[in-house]
Amino acid sequence: MSAQRKPAARSLDKALALRLLKDMLRIRRMEERCAELYGEGEIRGFLHLYIGEEACAAGAMHALDPEDNVVATYREHGHALLRGVPMKAIMAEMFGRASGCSRGRGGSMHLFDAARRFYGGNAIVAGGLPLAVGLALADKMQGLKRVSACFFGEGAMAEGAFHEAMNLAALWQLPVLFCCENNLYAMGTALARSESQTDLCVKAASYNMAALRADGMDVGEVFDATARAARQVRDGSAPVFLELQTYRFRAHSMFDPELYRDKAEVEKWKERGPIHSLSAKLKAARRLTEKQFLALDAEVGAEVEEAVAFAEAADREPVSDLLADVYSTRGAGE
Amino acid sequence: MFDFKLPSLGADMEEGKLLEWLVKPGDTVDKGQVVAVVDTSKAAVDVEIWHKGTVHALLVGPGEKIPVGTVLATVLEPGETAPAAAPPALRPAPSGARKRISPAARRKAEQLGVDCALIAGTGADGAVTLADIERAVAGGTGTAAAEAAKALHRPASPADRQAETRRAIAAAMSRSKREIPHYYLFETVALARAQQWLTVANEGRPIAARLLLAVLQIKAVARAVKRYPEMNGYFRDGGFEPAESAHVGVAISLRQGGLIAPALHDADRKPLEQLMRELTDLVKRTRAGSLRGSELTDATITVTNLGDQGVEGVVGVIHPPQVALVGFGRVALRPWVEDGKLCAMPTVMASLAADHRVSDGHRGALFMAELRELLQQPQDL
Amino acid sequence: MKTSYREAMRAALHEALESDPRVFLMGEDVGRYGGTYAVSRGLLEAFGPERVRDTPLSELGFVGAGVGAALGGMRPIVEVMTVNFSLLALDQIVNSAALLRHMSGGQLSVPLVVRMATGAGRQLAAQHSHSLENWYAHIPGIRVLAPATVGDARGMLGPALADPDPVVIFEHAQLYNLEADLPDDWRCDISRAAIRRAGGQVSVFAWAGCLAKALQAADEVASEGIEVEVVDLRVLRPLDVETIAASVRRTHRAVVVDEGWKSGSLAAEVVARIVEECFYDLDAPVARVCSEEVPIPYAKHLEEAALPQVSKIVAAVKSVLNV
Repeated sequence: MSAQRKPAARSLDKALALRLLKDMLRIRRMEERCAELYGEGEIRGFLHLYIGEEACAAGAMHALDPEDNVVATYREHGHALLRGVPMKAIMAEMFGRASGCSRGRGGSMHLFDAARRFYGGNAIVAGGLPLAVGLALADKMQGLKRVSACFFGEGAMAEGAFHEAMNLAALWQLPVLFCCENNLYAMGTALARSESQTDLCVKAASYNMAALRADGMDVGEVFDATARAARQVRDGSAPVFLELQTYRFRAHSMFDPELYRDKAEVEKWKERGPIHSLSAKLKAARRLTEKQFLALDAEVGAEVEEAVAFAEAADREPVSDLLADVYSTRGAGE
Repeated sequence: MFDFKLPSLGADMEEGKLLEWLVKPGDTVDKGQVVAVVDTSKAAVDVEIWHKGTVHALLVGPGEKIPVGTVLATVLEPGETAPAAAPPALRPAPSGARKRISPAARRKAEQLGVDCALIAGTGADGAVTLADIERAVAGGTGTAAAEAAKALHRPASPADRQAETRRAIAAAMSRSKREIPHYYLFETVALARAQQWLTVANEGRPIAARLLLAVLQIKAVARAVKRYPEMNGYFRDGGFEPAESAHVGVAISLRQGGLIAPALHDADRKPLEQLMRELTDLVKRTRAGSLRGSELTDATITVTNLGDQGVEGVVGVIHPPQVALVGFGRVALRPWVEDGKLCAMPTVMASLAADHRVSDGHRGALFMAELRELLQQPQDL
Repeated sequence: MKTSYREAMRAALHEALESDPRVFLMGEDVGRYGGTYAVSRGLLEAFGPERVRDTPLSELGFVGAGVGAALGGMRPIVEVMTVNFSLLALDQIVNSAALLRHMSGGQLSVPLVVRMATGAGRQLAAQHSHSLENWYAHIPGIRVLAPATVGDARGMLGPALADPDPVVIFEHAQLYNLEADLPDDWRCDISRAAIRRAGGQVSVFAWAGCLAKALQAADEVASEGIEVEVVDLRVLRPLDVETIAASVRRTHRAVVVDEGWKSGSLAAEVVARIVEECFYDLDAPVARVCSEEVPIPYAKHLEEAALPQVSKIVAAVKSVLNV
């Protein structure tokens, strides 16, 4: 670990700790149910699960202000949920229903919520980075003190868009928080097989930008690091790069046979699972009992079932509205 | 092996819809046998085959709309054995190059009842253009060369069929008036003898077998044209083709409006009784919509009788490519001088509309005199 | 008083920057350099470096930033130096700008204007001579404009900025020096094509750099008594099919002129619309005058041979009239 690594905060207050635990559970249980529903054919298309990486979204989202902008990738269910998009709206979107958060037009990879300043849901790797730069530019030109937090995987760092966005943000000193969720694999390509410089902070720092690193399996550390980075962005009106070192426990998508990594490696990372780690830590500190944990889990399970029931009952958008929302005026593009 | 093609069942037919096959592969067919039923805009028409043979393959299926000239079936010559190769798949094969008509010109022509086939195109590759149609309408330009006639869509509903029939008549009659320099002659013919003869001849006959004046008129016309052949035949490709036989087209009005003039074949040679039977049958089948193809195309002269409708006389329009039309008005008692004495005579006004490109008034007058004389000798008809 | 196309465009930019604080211009060398084609000369001095913003050579980055800024409440005008370089930014135009409204179920608007120079004719060789308007005109979610006159250069930017949807404006590089009297009413309806010359015998459809050629061809054949109607498509997406069809219904003949290659061209789309809408009005096959299917060569005589020219348009007009 590099010298930029800050010691993890051990002082999460109990309420926040439980909140983070519950939110990670919400992501986990929602996504497990999604995998099941995918198998049943209720959810189709691509489905990229975040299981294993929940600490990143949970820690980061709690560290951001409601007014901040969030741009995410196609593995964004957790970010959307913790940004405040109701689980019902997410599930209905997965089901392709009109009450989905994108009216069934987006699906798993394109969750949006304009009111919560959640700008998706971008399925082009690194496609969201220039958008975040633009959002930050708009804020800066309008004198708004927002952070534009942009989540992406380490695979995006090989894209030209990463380079261009980092350069522009640093050149124009724009309030962008670049959150790299480094889960070590770009689909099936390991970091060392795709980057000449595997120390991502070194690479980011070359843009003359502050670069931090945190343990993405430790939600407390993610919360602290993000809070610190966001403060730096907001106060200094300058971009910061934050690497969250994490691991996805499941395949890249539902189509992935996982030929590129050892089962043993996955099992080893699972020992560091963020939900397990935090609950164990809280139990050890006598701040959580097994019974309380089970109660929390049951509460989350109920929310998931409620969301599924909502999605199942939700209306499909009529085909007569097929051409809606292509242009601001219906039919403008024929 | 020879091809059996969709014949043109009238000057105004360019395509037809096969309704039904009356033969199947392996069947032997005789000359003149009705082998298929085809829907033209006017009627469902029985189509005959004109060669003996054995049906080899049917290439067009019922319901298919095909242009005139399409091979409908292949037929083996008598004694010929089937080739080893499988018969070609069932499909319509348009034959010959299609006349190029721009979409706009085609629509305009339909609206105006103009026959595009008669118009020389000035567009690229001889395509008929909108301007060609407009010129044709304005100035009566249009070549006499064409044989095929304008396109007709196969109508679905009776109203459509009626409209199509009307358009087809419009096209043929416009062509006639545009191309044929008509001249007209009239002759009032005494019918006392004919009526007396008919009264005697019909004595003892059941009503259905009685001879009508019309059949005398038809036969008289048929006999007259044998003597004046320039009234009998076709004007095609800039020249007159006299016909060997006298096939008299009989104008028959259709219930839904419009008319057809199918042919009574060899009317000059058939006994009156047979002609009467054939005339009755022809009228019935015309109105039932089941004419044979040859009946629609073979007429060499047309007779129209509007006497039943009470008119005195007819100034007719020749049905192209024919060159003459004989019209009859009502039979009426008129004051008449015979042998120096005034009397009341049953008479009919006969008229001739003839093509001046083929005959002159002099010959027309002789023809009319012949017709008059023939009707005075009914016993010889 | 003559105005150049360049001056008209500059006046439009000036007006936009002056009238709406959300508007800013961003692109390569739009500021200190004064614009590659000198369109933005003087604007930096008038509006400062924040609003007349030079960018690095990062088409993907700054076009994407334009999309983001539009999402964030601004009204960015992004200048991509030429359509050739816009290929580096295609992802952000096609995958972000065009799709965000729909993918978000109507929640997001991208009120972005992207301007770019297009076209050949200056011996710039294959990589600097593209006419790829049809690529953009293929995409639902964006509006594509092609001002071909001084009036439209002045009049199109305002409504483009007012449009809540992304608009791509193609400025043919040959047009910047075009001079004409600025019409009194240069306001422009960016949903309609414009009839630039009325005539009854053939409709010639053209846009951008080919409009002037079409008009010149119409002049030439007029001396032979042939009346050509010249329609400036100017809105390449969504196509003004109504105006196109109405013209063909009057003339019954059509020639479509397109500086793009014939295969898969916008001209092909226009012809298809004509056939769909006006088949029974056509009195002759529709003709196209497009670029030859070759990368645009450097040598002057070869470049001229590759592009639509007045003589080719005249020949096409005569061919559909069979004269």
